Amino acid sequence: MNNPDNLNEIRAIIAHHKRWDLLALTAGIIALMIAVLTFIALFGNMVIDGMPRLTWEFFTSFPSRKPEAAGILSAWVGTTLIMLVTAAAAIPLGVAAGVYLEEYAPKNFITEVIEINVTNLAGVPSIIYGLLALGLFVYQLGLGQSILAAGLTLALLILPIVIVATREAIRSIPVTIREGAYALGATKWQTVADHVLPYSAAGILTGVIIGLARAIGETAPIITIGALTFIAFLPASPIQDQFPFLSFEWLLEPFTVMPIQMFNWVSRPQEAFQHNAAAAGLVLVVMTLLMNGLAIYLRYHLRKKIKW
Amino acid sequence: MVRVPVPVISHPPKNLRRNHKRYLKERIIELLLFLAASLSVFITFAIIYLLISESLVFFEHVPLWDFLTDTQWTPLFDDAHYGILPLVSGTAVSSLVALVIALPFGTIIAIYLSEFAPFTVREIAKPFLELLGGIPTVVYGYFALLFVTPLLQAILPDLPGFSLLSAGLVMGIMIIPYVSSMTEDAMRSVPMHLREGSYAIGATRFQTAVKVVMPASLSGIAAAYILGISRAVGETMVVAIAAGMQPNLVWNPMEPAATITTYIVQVSLGDLPHGSIGYQTIFAAGLTLLLLTLVFNILGHLLRKRFREVY
Repeated sequence: MNNPDNLNEIRAIIAHHKRWDLLALTAGIIALMIAVLTFIALFGNMVIDGMPRLTWEFFTSFPSRKPEAAGILSAWVGTTLIMLVTAAAAIPLGVAAGVYLEEYAPKNFITEVIEINVTNLAGVPSIIYGLLALGLFVYQLGLGQSILAAGLTLALLILPIVIVATREAIRSIPVTIREGAYALGATKWQTVADHVLPYSAAGILTGVIIGLARAIGETAPIITIGALTFIAFLPASPIQDQFPFLSFEWLLEPFTVMPIQMFNWVSRPQEAFQHNAAAAGLVLVVMTLLMNGLAIYLRYHLRKKIKW
Repeated sequence: MVRVPVPVISHPPKNLRRNHKRYLKERIIELLLFLAASLSVFITFAIIYLLISESLVFFEHVPLWDFLTDTQWTPLFDDAHYGILPLVSGTAVSSLVALVIALPFGTIIAIYLSEFAPFTVREIAKPFLELLGGIPTVVYGYFALLFVTPLLQAILPDLPGFSLLSAGLVMGIMIIPYVSSMTEDAMRSVPMHLREGSYAIGATRFQTAVKVVMPASLSGIAAAYILGISRAVGETMVVAIAAGMQPNLVWNPMEPAATITTYIVQVSLGDLPHGSIGYQTIFAAGLTLLLLTLVFNILGHLLRKRFREVY
């Protein structure tokens, strides 16, 4: 080994390996930079094209044949109402399913089938959910192309996300909490409702927000159930000035949503409409970024704060 | 089920009755929770039942052989042809372009974040990639049509306004976060002592990553790749906006073409009566898509079993 030639050879080998190491490091940084640059290009491009259109009138006008008079009023109202339906359906069902799988389910064949199913559903393309909704909600159940049908479709779509988030949040609660509750004579449901669910609420909320952020941007399944692209009226208001003050008529009315409005404008050849699309896209991106950002913040905060 | 013995026996009948009610309530709640959990199984069966039952009606009109071998897809024309091949070729080409981008870039980013990056970089980059993955696909479609296509046309003057190439490229960028975050999770779950053993015999970080960590996390990486593939195959809006919607039997990414998903969108945008043959074609196309993703999922399951490492 003291042979200087041999030593130089070894040095050359080491230098060679270090070069590869450096190369890999550089490749990693460049790949990450490309992702960052893409994001900047995407966002910047939309800001340049869409920002001038983002006026108060844009939010308070119906779509129109004249691009400069068109707005997203019916789209954002539709999106909001559909998110209400989606949240009302997906949160109870998803949390209940997650609680069952984590706290109640016996280790048997049926449980295993349910678990595999939840995993597989998360991988089904969203447009397939659209076809399911078209056949089941729109025609079999006769809901038509309504807000209710669209909201339920998106609820099915985000159900796996809510279930998985619930399970993860529940799993992180130490078993000592449950044992303490049982020791005081609580039943299983009392333990779940008074201890497990409150402690996992923030984790579940994170999953719900991520799910809803995904649902807001989903276009394909909503197009598949046959949403109209040109809606120049609002659904009936849920709050009435006459008894019983609440109305659910809006559930069965036609609608449009933000991503469909944007798709409709993108597919037109006139440049002015594409600027409208950019503005609508900007609103959409800011909404999803805010929701996802909130979820990330919640999760980060949670990880730091909770000590059992 | 935890049943609490009652210590005081002064009023046994009353207490017992209360316990019975309590027991019943517990059972009802458990049943309700079970029903919510089984909903997912019901959804799966509903999807399969609907797609197959509508497709069966379709295949009464169109022989399966024609469906698989005809090279034209013109269901809404007078001279109707029902060959799925053009749609499958569009799907395959756009997915291939996307995967050529997403898999290498996703893997490189995962290696960097898991093996090279300092703590702060990882803490910033991971949520950033997550945000990138949360951007709606219709926005990526806009980006592909109005930013990437003109950019590519500057390099390739022959590129038409709609092309599988720009749709596939943007789809690839869109899928990078999914691939990189799953791959990174898989790599980080490899126990530290394997890395330490590798460093101890003088390996560099790159050698450790490629020769120790990646083989050990191969099953997780395979799962990430499979997820990327299913996403590319099932992606709809980017292709619908940037690749045009004409069914076109091409293998050249520089051409416009329709995919299985964009055909479904195109039909849904029009007004097709319930029960017509055109209505059934979208279910036949959906069944094809579901079978394609199923094949990849089974493949992924087998790969995971084959390469599962036990430490």
